[in-house]
Amino acid sequence: MKYVLMFTSTPELDATVPPERSEADLERILQWHRDHAAQILDGGAALHDAATATTVRAGDAAPVVVDGPFSEAKEVIGGFTLIDVADLDAAIAMAKTWPSLELPGNAVEIRPMFDDAELFGS
Amino acid sequence: MTTGADASPAHGGGASDLVLARIVRADAARITTALARSFGDLDLAEECVAGAIEHALREWRVRGVPDNPAGWIMTTARHDALDRVRRDARFRTKVALLADPTLAPVAGPADERLPLLFGCCHPALAPEAQLALALRAVLGLTTRQIARASGEPMPTVAQRISRAKRKISTSGIPLQVPPATELPARLDLVLAMVAVMYDAAHLRQDTDAAADRDLAEDAVWLAEVATGELPDQAEAHGLLALLRFHRAREPARARDGDLVTLDRQDRARWNGELIAEARASLDAAARLRRPGRWQLQAAIAACHADAASTAATDWPQILVLYDVLLAYDPSPVVRLNRAVTLGEVAGPRAALAELDRLESDLVASHRWHAVRGAFLRRDGQPAAAAAAEQRAAELTDNLAERRLLRARSAGSITPSDEG
Repeated sequence: MKYVLMFTSTPELDATVPPERSEADLERILQWHRDHAAQILDGGAALHDAATATTVRAGDAAPVVVDGPFSEAKEVIGGFTLIDVADLDAAIAMAKTWPSLELPGNAVEIRPMFDDAELFGS
Repeated sequence: MTTGADASPAHGGGASDLVLARIVRADAARITTALARSFGDLDLAEECVAGAIEHALREWRVRGVPDNPAGWIMTTARHDALDRVRRDARFRTKVALLADPTLAPVAGPADERLPLLFGCCHPALAPEAQLALALRAVLGLTTRQIARASGEPMPTVAQRISRAKRKISTSGIPLQVPPATELPARLDLVLAMVAVMYDAAHLRQDTDAAADRDLAEDAVWLAEVATGELPDQAEAHGLLALLRFHRAREPARARDGDLVTLDRQDRARWNGELIAEARASLDAAARLRRPGRWQLQAAIAACHADAASTAATDWPQILVLYDVLLAYDPSPVVRLNRAVTLGEVAGPRAALAELDRLESDLVASHRWHAVRGAFLRRDGQPAAAAAAEQRAAELTDNLAERRLLRARSAGSITPSDEG
């Protein structure tokens, strides 16, 4: 089954991580992707911080462009990766090894993707 | 399932329904898992098996139980599933593969109940959804029976079950016994669900004599299935021991519909045979040398079973067991039970001090108020005790318990311990 792993963090806690730790973690995240290459469908993307986000929102007459992320939530999405594994247990096992989970405020959300048959009714 | 009122008089509703329910229980999970595997869809499988069970209970009352009840349910469910699949474009390609009627009605030698049980108790499902789904898919209860057991409206239960099934299918929750590394933690979720199931039945037992399904018996049965399939898991034996000890006390728990607490129970009415079975389970657990919270709770229940009366109970030993239990399960409910024991060992003041520390966690729990009321009374504070018992009576939704608490609040019963 195909899943998207969404990596979230809490910016106020991220700010307390020393820069050298952040650099070491980036290397471990790249290594994580190499270690799981067989299950990774698409390496997805790592995202710049939420301060750089622009949101286009449904408006009364026309879409409205606003500064900032789509949600006011404390957690923000920092990146995502697409995986293809046997079942949710395999996805959970993989998510548990995500290096950033050693730091507080970080989480991995697992969302199943629609498959082609569901989308197009093959 | 229909009520006894429209049953054939020859089969007389109630009692025979209990027999039918047992037959259903023995096979519902195997059939659901087998269908879920062959159709690749638990939602569809469970829906069709539930329909077949309701159909079976109606039909069997009138015509009697067929020679092969499991085969009857399997065939009915399977036909229904094929019909639904034919109507649904998404499944059309699968139908040709599935139409083979020679497919074995009940899958291989491996027990299918356990994988389904683990799927239903997956940590990705909310605890209340785990319970409802297990009652439905593993035990074959109808939505109405589950609503009655949980004291919730039928639409709430129906929606909870359908969401949980959808999550299992859509999120790819596997129906399998987890690998050895995950097994103890995942088994604990299963055992906790079974314990909650037993409690739900236990609390309602005296107020719902018309129940057409004995959930306490179902819970004991599930614990037996778990020990049978996972004989090396000490905690499964521990939970079975615990439930058997509690089950053994049931004949003494009620008198004329009123709840009788442990200190006032006629211990001669405890079921000695079940107590012996409980001890055997606890011994089986102990031999595996992997202690855990269910075994410790069973060991505490064993101390009560050993004592001829509340006064003769080895409270210091029970307190030691609670102290060990706290290391495995520091939940407020365990601390509340420990406070009761502390009161027996060190007096009501010690218990009240501990209860104060639990106030923020348990202020909404009727049991916290009831226990507090009992110790306030023993500490010579009758007015405060009556107020606490009044509050407890307001907070419980169980009729027999409310009667007991109101009687205490009015001063007609002087308790010395909470059962």
